[in-house]
Amino acid sequence: MATSKSTKFIFRNLKSTKFLISRSINHKSSLTNSLFPRHLLHTISLPPLLNQTKPSVAYSGWFQAVYGGRRSHTATSFSDYVDQLCTEAPLQQELNFPGGKVKFTPKRIFTPGSNEERINCYRVLNENGEVIVDSDSLKISKELAVKMYTNMVTLQVMDTIFYEAQRQGRVSFYLTTIGEEAINIASAAALSDNDFIFPQYREPGVLLWRGFTLQEFANQLFGNKYDQGKGRQMPIHYGSKKHNYVTVSSTVATQIPHAVGAAYSMKMQKQDSCTITYFGDGGSSTGDFHAGLNFAAVMEVPVIFFCRNNGWAISTPISDQLRGDGIVVRGNAYGIPSIRVDGNDALAVYSAVYEARKLAIEKQTPVLIEALTYRAGHHSTSDDSTKYRPVDEIEWWREDQNPVKRFRKWIENEGWWSDQVESEHRSSIRKQLSHAIQAAERVEKPPVADMFNDVYDVPPKNLNEQELLLRENIKKHARDYPSNAAV
Amino acid sequence: MSHCIASPLQTPVAGDRKIVTFGSNMLGIVRQSVNGARSLSSQGFGDYMMRLRPVASAMRRYSSATKEMTVRDALNSALDEEMAADPNVFVMGEEVGEYQGAYKITKGLLDKYGPERVLDTPITEAGFAGIGVGAAYHGLRPVIEFMTFNFSMQAIDHVINSAAKSNYMSAGQINVPIVFRGPNGPAAGVGAQHSQCYGAWYGSVPGLKVLVPYSSEDARGLLKAAIRDPDPVVFLENELLYGESFPVSAEALDSSFCLPIGKAKIEREGKDVTITAFSKMVGYALKAAEILEKDGINAEVINLRSIRPLDRATINASVRKTNRLVTVEEGFPQHGIGAEICASVVEDSFGYLDAPVERIAGADVPTPYAANLERMAFPQIEDIVRAAKRACYRSAVPLAATA
Repeated sequence: MATSKSTKFIFRNLKSTKFLISRSINHKSSLTNSLFPRHLLHTISLPPLLNQTKPSVAYSGWFQAVYGGRRSHTATSFSDYVDQLCTEAPLQQELNFPGGKVKFTPKRIFTPGSNEERINCYRVLNENGEVIVDSDSLKISKELAVKMYTNMVTLQVMDTIFYEAQRQGRVSFYLTTIGEEAINIASAAALSDNDFIFPQYREPGVLLWRGFTLQEFANQLFGNKYDQGKGRQMPIHYGSKKHNYVTVSSTVATQIPHAVGAAYSMKMQKQDSCTITYFGDGGSSTGDFHAGLNFAAVMEVPVIFFCRNNGWAISTPISDQLRGDGIVVRGNAYGIPSIRVDGNDALAVYSAVYEARKLAIEKQTPVLIEALTYRAGHHSTSDDSTKYRPVDEIEWWREDQNPVKRFRKWIENEGWWSDQVESEHRSSIRKQLSHAIQAAERVEKPPVADMFNDVYDVPPKNLNEQELLLRENIKKHARDYPSNAAV
Repeated sequence: MSHCIASPLQTPVAGDRKIVTFGSNMLGIVRQSVNGARSLSSQGFGDYMMRLRPVASAMRRYSSATKEMTVRDALNSALDEEMAADPNVFVMGEEVGEYQGAYKITKGLLDKYGPERVLDTPITEAGFAGIGVGAAYHGLRPVIEFMTFNFSMQAIDHVINSAAKSNYMSAGQINVPIVFRGPNGPAAGVGAQHSQCYGAWYGSVPGLKVLVPYSSEDARGLLKAAIRDPDPVVFLENELLYGESFPVSAEALDSSFCLPIGKAKIEREGKDVTITAFSKMVGYALKAAEILEKDGINAEVINLRSIRPLDRATINASVRKTNRLVTVEEGFPQHGIGAEICASVVEDSFGYLDAPVERIAGADVPTPYAANLERMAFPQIEDIVRAAKRACYRSAVPLAATA
């Protein structure tokens, strides 16, 4: 530290009677009483930083020697001091501020708002479905590849048919994942079953991968008595404890700090698992995003932050959502290792998530993944995106950049897939879905008892009373109540 | 507990047998009140209470058989014991670790349990409330401290939408055994943004339990119950009560001690008027009851202990006995706790009311800072006394309330 050098300097000169060393802490009084040049007095009362005149190196050195270390000694002669300083005290090049060592610079340079070059996007398969030469990627088996592809197709077909069901008025609401099938399936495939999923709402594919059946999806959409959610929530708010998939919550980005807390729990229990949380470009604007990432870095927990940057938050384009190079650059600001990946490339997504998981668990660190993609469908069935974006743009992404098509090209080239298998698979899924929807539609709605339980662990007295009153009422005025609900 | 009363005891008068009996029969009294919550109905204790002169500060020079404990120590010991008993319990909040707690409630816990279980957080209530909820989803039992519940507004989405509703929305798959605790309501001279009472806000949310301890035994018993409860609990303390001392029974000092959630406590039995209160106002109500006694009005004081679930049974039973009701709270009057209690009594015991219900609440203004204005913005003992008298002397014909 600079102090020691200056202290040495002081002690070396103690012998000299030229210097009076006063014990007082008050610089002003001891200095003004000394014999050094009066014309410096007006500058002495100012703190060095606010000194208007640019001091010479020696002069600033003098200030630093006196003020920097809160020593007080008086100089009888400024010039003597300067002579000593030119050869003696080196200036601080860096300082150990709270938070770490920082180097000084005399250049007043503002870092630009964004760098000239954007962060590169990691890609393994080119648009023709060919593996790019020298790409970092993991070898995946035929079994895994085929499973990934079939799930992507299932997801695509499921979205189309459920969307149609809503349009026909059979389901009240639906939300598709069109264009993000690779993100859903490939990320799920790279995780293990005991990793906890904290979804936003555009990740049913992750649940599909883990074994949620088409019938179970349909039951939730219809809110019937077989619904895992007991008819409590709107459609697409799936959740399954068995599959470690935390129930979808409508509040945007609240799942981000939840994932961090759960990761903390895993860390404390020393489990060999991580949590992953998904959110969109819109979700990255929330306070919860900031708090979650900041906290995760401080707490050093195994969580993967997966941002699906699909360019749109309902009708808000990315240019109205943020400035700056997307979401990946924010990771660095929080001290989190980050990567930007081509979200329409199943192999790249798989590879990125696989490595991220390894990193998160081995190093107990959060990891940020920004997957660039495009929301090829509308935000939901309540939205018509042609109203705020050009139709040809939607079409281009839907057809040319389609992640399912691209992966299909690759597995066909590998000799693991064919047209015939494709059409068989698609028609089989369509049949299953149509059957699932019909079955789910016919099933009764949840019973009245399911209205009052799970508010608390044990139903309180007042809810039991309310339930009794309701049942009496239903009996008395049966025609005022829906007939397809069991009492 | 029977002897957890606000008005401090005077120095025992020599030769007064009742006081000696009280001290040595303490455990007997405690056992009764645990089972029945209706102890001290003996005339003797009532006479004994009448002889006491209220002292402004906490209890002093008590009999050696009972230990005294401040509310702060009660909370600290409850946290300590629950953390020792269950390794999943951990504390999180601003300044809870190195600083020993903004109000020293978590003193010593960092040294004892380490930084993994006592977490100092960055300044983001939304962040650490959300993280606590996430940890609870995965099986830990967090105790989240808000420096004051005024700051909980920054996190209220997580308290309500992430914690309170999760068990229901997930159909029982995700329960959230979390406790949100901290000082609530006014302190002294902290101004509008640090003085609001959130009892009514959280008390209206299904899925939450809302507790409001008064004495040290309340603090210990209810906090332990809250930490052990599988549902999310909002635990509203009071900054000015932290330093107040109350006697605690040996039973309350035991580490397995727990109070039932949803049961109010009759602090003082009476037959002329029921006064309901919670937190600091219980102390004021008890002092008001002393004053009323001199005017021949025998007031029954109920310490609510729990805003959600509200112990409607106890309140209604009391009103059916006394026929008159005064509700006391520090929060804003509109949509307050008193409004709910009044509605409950009108619904269940209308025929028993001999006078309209009197609601005493804080003034309908953001809390001013100046000491004189602040004093006028919150209920004082005299307000409670006057309200009780109005309830007793008025007929069923409503009159405009005069202060």
